[in-house]
Amino acid sequence: MTNPTIPPPGEAENLANPVEAENSIELKEIQGLSQGQIVRRRFFRHKGAMISLVVLTFIVLLAFTSVGLAIGDIRVPGWWMWTWTQIPEVIDRGRPTLSLVPEWLGGDGFRIGEHPFGQDEVGRDIFALTMRGTQQSLMILVIVGLVATTIGTTLGALSGYYRKWVDPVIMRFTDIIITIPLIVVGAVLGRTFGSLGAVVLALVIGLFTWTGLARLVRAEFLSLREREFVDAARVAGASDGRIMFRHILPNAVGVIIVNSTLLMAAAILLEAALSFLGYGVQSPDTSLGKIISDNQAAFSTRPWLFWWPGLFIIAIALCINFIGDGLRDAFDPRQKRVPTERALRKAAARREAKA
Amino acid sequence: MASFVVRRLIASVLVFLAATYLMYLLVAYSGDPLQELVESNAPNKEQLIASRIRLLDLDVPPPLRYFLWMGRIFGLPFEPFGARHFFDLGVSIDARDVNAMLGQALGATLQLVTISTIVAIILGIVVGITTALRQYSGYDYSVTFVSFLFFSLPIFWVAVLLKQYIAIGLNNFLQQGAQLPIWLIGLAALVSGLLWASIIPGKLRRKLITFAIALASTLALGIYFNLSGWFLQPTIGIVGIVLTAAAAAYCVPAVLTGLRNRGAVKTSIVTAAIGVAIWFPFREWISPFITEWWMLAGLALLAVVVGGAIGWFFGGDDKRPVIRVGAITAFLVALVIAIDRFMKVWQAYSESGRIRGRPIATIGSQTPGLEGSLWVHGVDTFTHLLLPTIALILVSFATYTRYSRASVLEVMNQDYIRTARAKGLTERTVIVRHAFRNALIPLATIVAFDIGGIVGGAVITERVFAFVGMGQLFQGGVDRVDPNPVMAFFLVVGFLAILFNLLADLVYAALDPRIRVS
Repeated sequence: MTNPTIPPPGEAENLANPVEAENSIELKEIQGLSQGQIVRRRFFRHKGAMISLVVLTFIVLLAFTSVGLAIGDIRVPGWWMWTWTQIPEVIDRGRPTLSLVPEWLGGDGFRIGEHPFGQDEVGRDIFALTMRGTQQSLMILVIVGLVATTIGTTLGALSGYYRKWVDPVIMRFTDIIITIPLIVVGAVLGRTFGSLGAVVLALVIGLFTWTGLARLVRAEFLSLREREFVDAARVAGASDGRIMFRHILPNAVGVIIVNSTLLMAAAILLEAALSFLGYGVQSPDTSLGKIISDNQAAFSTRPWLFWWPGLFIIAIALCINFIGDGLRDAFDPRQKRVPTERALRKAAARREAKA
Repeated sequence: MASFVVRRLIASVLVFLAATYLMYLLVAYSGDPLQELVESNAPNKEQLIASRIRLLDLDVPPPLRYFLWMGRIFGLPFEPFGARHFFDLGVSIDARDVNAMLGQALGATLQLVTISTIVAIILGIVVGITTALRQYSGYDYSVTFVSFLFFSLPIFWVAVLLKQYIAIGLNNFLQQGAQLPIWLIGLAALVSGLLWASIIPGKLRRKLITFAIALASTLALGIYFNLSGWFLQPTIGIVGIVLTAAAAAYCVPAVLTGLRNRGAVKTSIVTAAIGVAIWFPFREWISPFITEWWMLAGLALLAVVVGGAIGWFFGGDDKRPVIRVGAITAFLVALVIAIDRFMKVWQAYSESGRIRGRPIATIGSQTPGLEGSLWVHGVDTFTHLLLPTIALILVSFATYTRYSRASVLEVMNQDYIRTARAKGLTERTVIVRHAFRNALIPLATIVAFDIGGIVGGAVITERVFAFVGMGQLFQGGVDRVDPNPVMAFFLVVGFLAILFNLLADLVYAALDPRIRVS
């Protein structure tokens, strides 16, 4: 019965009963569908999220196939002609060879060339560097997401389910961690662990970013544990662990998924910021933040050193934020897609035809 | 309530102590403070190492060294603490007094952070509310997209772009005659037309009229700026003052009390008229006597008091909203008058020997050795803070917009809003009195959380703009494994975070009568 848009005075009488018309459309759409189907359907309808999903998939594929992988000493080559460690000769002062403007618009026509994103002052290929940085950022994002979500969910669940003395202890511990700003703890830990590579850095970041999620999960658990289905499970003899993870957790999954997505977007910016300050990934490996930081002074002469890594950071973070927004809309039980005026009018006409 | 506050306070202090302990250990174990000396080949190496160990108590392991540090903070004068005075933050790795370093850094950072926070809160809330009221309009979608974009921007990247395009571009523009290109004026006019047409409700016809008016006035303004060389000698002038005063006199009562309230309308008109009358005497005769910032703040306070007094006089039976109208109108008009006065010294400032026609600064917080009145220093601060403030605003603006939009939407769906509409209240009353106030409750807590974290968040911005502030204190300390400056930084940051968390809880309890924590 909640109606987010209030028809301006004068328009309401056009429809026999706008709220009823809206409800009937709504109900018809979700008739006979499971909760999962409704959520999936709502998510697929969110245009921003769908576009972002496609773009993100493209970026992931591009980053991991183009320059290949390096896990320890094992190298899997990619299809791109350079790697991020090679130093080819500098051609045309390292200008980007990528051209997207067709000839009939006065451009050079479409071509990719040897160094589409240009080269830095020693000649390293910026495309290869950027792709390697993107790989690192994506990897950090996944690890931080996993670590922080696991810790946050577990602590929040324990705290909200057991209450008594467990709750204050865990929540005060969360307060202690939350008091230290992320960038501060990141800098100090990055200085200690940054030289050990991106994976360790991501693990360490994940150990400190779970606090917000823990609070939210706790709040969810506090309200869900009072519900009848929990009592029913307990009467049926389910153990605490079973109640927590099989009965309550699936009901809190919306909050968890949405917030871990947003947390991942924050993690990617945090890693970039740390690398920029010099506490993140160290040479000879690279990351998007590090490329920007290394070439900061060269902006006026070689702007491409600066544009591409920045654009990839923004693209990844923006995609994830939009996906998070789509998930939030999909999981929100109060969310109602407001039918357009035309759909409402159609429904009203149908009703009249029936009567 | 009192017992709640006391218990909360005790818990906060304990949490803060634990956080400082954790932070101290993290910094102390992040590296070896003796490394550079061990690697050096100075002839008196042994001696240097010994003196540094003595200076920083390096012979005591960090978990215990923390208590030495803590004891000095509490000012314990006897051994093993030997505090020099109360709240002794110790010395840095190169034997500088950390108290003095902190004092310097805190001033610069607070100046930067305060302005950007205030601007971001006001802008964010206004935009958030308007988008919520125009949900699913083109304006709403554009703001949503832009705020997502701002969320996703790495702040250091934006800062470098700002330096390149805003600072250098603007300076070039000012040096080359300050003529806006035609396409820019046209674009600005088109954007403003679309924006206003999207915000102001109505049928197509009314939207078209709004669009045309906004387009034409922006075009006219742009052309006027070009012809008068406004950017070289910016001024608001008597015409601008009268226009803004009239707009304030109309808008403030229209939003706060409704134009039906005659007392409020009279108050705002009288207040605005007094402001217009004061403009010239202030500009020419009074302003030279204002030499300190507190005098300016005092005048702003005076304006608010006078406006409030006028409101009290015209208030009739229900004085409080009318007093509020008077105070806000007075503040707005006073602000415009002050801006006009600052603009008066702009030309002299930008042509002075230290600036040489390139006023927008990219580094530092002030021009060293600049002489002049309070007004010149004000302009100097403005040109230095402009870019870092923009960089800081972008991110918090996005947060506030999203939260205030969500909060207003949530409130607008409540039953009491429907009740208010059903009993025939005007839309203004419903929004301002019933919706806005309740939407502010969750916002207050979010703002409080955010302010707690913002000093720490300014570290990167300060680094890009070479601000000598808290960020430098922190980074210098981390780089050299020097716990004392880092802990001084963290004392401030952590204290603010704890303080504002506490405030958030109290404000919540005070604003929302349903939440009286037992």
